[in-house]
Amino acid sequence: MKRTRRETLVKTVVAWIVALIWILPLMGVVMTALRPFSEVIDGWWKLEPFNATLSNFSGALNHRTAALYKGMINSLMIAIPATIAPLLLATLAGYGISRYGFPLRKTFILTVVLTLALPQQMIAIPIFRIMSNLGLVDTFFGLILLHTAWGIPWITFFMRNYFKTLPADMEEAARIDGAGDFGIFFRVVLPNAFPAIASASALQFTWVWSDFFLALILIYSPEKLLATQRIPLMRGVYHVDWGLLSAASLLVMIVPVLIYVLLQRYYVRGMVGWTIK
Amino acid sequence: MDDDGKISLSNYIEVFSSRDILDTRGFGRGFPYGSLIHNILWIAIHLPLTTIVGLFLAVLLRGVKGGGIVKSVIFLGMVMPMIVGGIMIRFMFEENVGVVNLVLHILGLETKTWTAYPETALFALIFGSVWLWTGFSMILYSAGLETIPSTYYEAAQIDGASKAKMLFKITIPLLKPITVVVLTMTLLWELKVFDIVYIATMGGPGGSSNVLALQMYLYGFREWDFGKSAVVAVLIAGSTLLAAIPMMKSAGDEAE
Repeated sequence: MKRTRRETLVKTVVAWIVALIWILPLMGVVMTALRPFSEVIDGWWKLEPFNATLSNFSGALNHRTAALYKGMINSLMIAIPATIAPLLLATLAGYGISRYGFPLRKTFILTVVLTLALPQQMIAIPIFRIMSNLGLVDTFFGLILLHTAWGIPWITFFMRNYFKTLPADMEEAARIDGAGDFGIFFRVVLPNAFPAIASASALQFTWVWSDFFLALILIYSPEKLLATQRIPLMRGVYHVDWGLLSAASLLVMIVPVLIYVLLQRYYVRGMVGWTIK
Repeated sequence: MDDDGKISLSNYIEVFSSRDILDTRGFGRGFPYGSLIHNILWIAIHLPLTTIVGLFLAVLLRGVKGGGIVKSVIFLGMVMPMIVGGIMIRFMFEENVGVVNLVLHILGLETKTWTAYPETALFALIFGSVWLWTGFSMILYSAGLETIPSTYYEAAQIDGASKAKMLFKITIPLLKPITVVVLTMTLLWELKVFDIVYIATMGGPGGSSNVLALQMYLYGFREWDFGKSAVVAVLIAGSTLLAAIPMMKSAGDEAE
């Protein structure tokens, strides 16, 4: 008994040391963002003097060439529709392939998995050409369309895996009562699918918000740049203002972190679920 | 394709013989070795480190008071946008203000801006990305541990098995399906790594931390040479599809 208690103590101490190591870089960013740059020039861990200020945050939000508040509004304008649209389409598709047999079903599933492995780099040039032929380069609509298309395969796969775990009894009962396919889907299946929809929305929103590569390729007008695109622009040419950069980093990361904190259960379950099943 | 519409392999030959992808001079002189070798180095260091540390943390934090909070802290690296992660990596390795240099200073070791020197830039990024990514394998392994019935361990304990023996004979074999997923997803990420390098070093100094995905972007959207860029994209996609074969196989079996 004594031995196990000592073991638990050692484990707890090691665990908290690990946590401390992991959080140090993050603490550095918080401390640097909250203080004038002159105080942290020799290291943020020197606490004398310590004058908390929000000037770095307002500096980042109202940056002369890359105002972050505009970037965050732009990112929201992309991320909200680019979460709702693929979820609507892919939930239906995922339900379809989990319940109905149709020709080439296996090929279809394998194609979906294949697109999961496809890197964004592979589609960058063709997408750029298609979008410029359609006149959609440097438009929000083009980027929303691209994120929707990119999100559909994984959400389809994710929802299918979820529907497979739901028993079909209720749906069969509804069918006997004379409900049609869509009636069953919207009245019986969808209410039960809430946890999966919450997981998929949390992840898709976070990924679209965090995306840098696709935005970099499609959006270039200064006033249209997204939040992630404005961070590189805040790095000075001759010296790096770490206070400004830290504040900007915190502002951009606060949105996905909030989603993670609020929807933690769904977030983690989604992360685990779409890879493990 | 050529400009006059004829199919030719000239783009492939040009790219594969360029020093951007593979710089054999590196083996005599040091960085840069070319982005292909840099990606391979990334995999060689990042893949085993994140997997093993993730498993270690999952086992360690199971049943520790406050383990959930520690896990959340470590998982933050996966939650933040990678572009922010890149800023943090650059910041922690910075001379005077970086926390890595504080630790090195306390230990009496050399301090410098590690991302600014050809010999160390790539390694700084790789170790920084271990900090960001370990939460991924940890969370998956934690979920996997929950599925192992505790009766297995109780039975082993009655048989007098040691902790180490239980780890290697029960835990690791039963977590194998998760290990396949962790290795696959991590490998895919390493082959596609872009944001971190773009923001922290832009592949520099002198191409010494360049990677394939960044090279593809530089060819295509800085030099506007879509031909060369497409060759690199095909190289990346070919590698990721190879890496994804185990995942495809299990999905195919299951769809039967």
